[in-house]
Amino acid sequence: MITGAFDYHRPANLSEAIGLLSRLDSDARVIAGGHSLIPMMKLRLAMPSHLVDLAAIAELKGVRAEGDEIVIGAMTTQHEILGSELLAARAPILKEVATQIADPQVRYLGTIGGNVANGDPGNDMPGVMMALDASYVLRGPDGERRVAARDYYEGAYTTAASPGEILTAIRIEAPPAGHGWAYEKLKRKVGDYATAAAAVILTVSGGKIATCAIGLTNVADTALFAKDAAQVVIGTVADKVSLAKASAAAEAITSPAADGRGSAQYRTKMAGVMTARALSRAFARAKS
Amino acid sequence: MSKSNVSMKVNGKAVSAEVESRVLLIHYLRENLGVTGPHIGCETTHCGACTVDLDGKSVKSCTIFAVQAEGAEVLTIEGMAAADGKLHVLQEAFREMHGLQCGYCTPGMIVRAHRLLQENPAPTDAEIRMGISGNLCRCTGYQNIVKAIQYAAAKINGVEYKEAAE
Repeated sequence: MITGAFDYHRPANLSEAIGLLSRLDSDARVIAGGHSLIPMMKLRLAMPSHLVDLAAIAELKGVRAEGDEIVIGAMTTQHEILGSELLAARAPILKEVATQIADPQVRYLGTIGGNVANGDPGNDMPGVMMALDASYVLRGPDGERRVAARDYYEGAYTTAASPGEILTAIRIEAPPAGHGWAYEKLKRKVGDYATAAAAVILTVSGGKIATCAIGLTNVADTALFAKDAAQVVIGTVADKVSLAKASAAAEAITSPAADGRGSAQYRTKMAGVMTARALSRAFARAKS
Repeated sequence: MSKSNVSMKVNGKAVSAEVESRVLLIHYLRENLGVTGPHIGCETTHCGACTVDLDGKSVKSCTIFAVQAEGAEVLTIEGMAAADGKLHVLQEAFREMHGLQCGYCTPGMIVRAHRLLQENPAPTDAEIRMGISGNLCRCTGYQNIVKAIQYAAAKINGVEYKEAAE
């Protein structure tokens, strides 16, 4: 499979990359790990006339702590997420998610920035970033701004980022020590996109759920922030009745497409099941 | 339109060429360099037959443009055996443990297994299965591939290979 023709650019730093995007045709695209973009280019669903490769830009790499915040450079690969001791200690859900993305070869090149930036509803990280209340740092010709993950996704492949902007980093306020987390993903086989998946971050106080946030994957045009589903479990011990209410609230906001993974009705139901399972496991992991 | 100069090392040998930007690494290896060990299976990032080692990472060479590999060190199945033809321990292991039938997936499988053992020198069977989950084999049912990788790991670690109970 041969992609359309394009000019290739490999800027050495961020300002050069942003300059290129401003100067080139409007259909210039940035390429990170390329594991979403290249398959789309092979199918000619994407035919950029220029590719601006972010691979050589050192400032986009790495994971670091800044006070209570964790900053993940956009070009950090899923493989590097798996190996990060900082993330294992402070945001362990990210490792649980990364192990369930694609396969080892894809994780060596696929980046967290690419996973969240392009607005593919099948990607796993957007829903997780909603649960973590992460914000995305966007840099463009007019400077830098931050957009909350919960506000970033407008539709399938449509986001709050402007064409000239590059997502440079993800900032997460680390959940408190002792928090509970889980990512439950139903898939047909290792490496598949989710039939339905749910991410949960919660805290427990006095044996009961004190705070809770839930994100859902691949059951609508965008990842979903399931606010009502999280609300109904607060003050509970994640008992069967509360979990059933959370499932129902999660199901109510889904609108999945029917595809090879199942009918719309089945995938909606599975969104509910994944929500209950993730809540239950996150609760069991949390320390009061 | 849009040619770029690309230089890299393939199996220890420096190579350089002017290629169209849209040439995938697998096509560059096979068609420009005649390195036909990496196979084209699905060409859609699923099967892993085109797996090569690139700067210490296993990558599917159908999902990276040759220009992105500028300056990289690439290892393919052709670079595994010693210069005198002595098989790499993983090649020997796949032969001894019947880790292949038709052989189509084998170059990718062995190059991937090589990186896996670099990162995890004594993997469990489950870790091997997850480690090769990006490589499809339609002949063996994977049983003998897992055994072959265990055989190679044991030999590298200087311990006796013991077949796990099934």
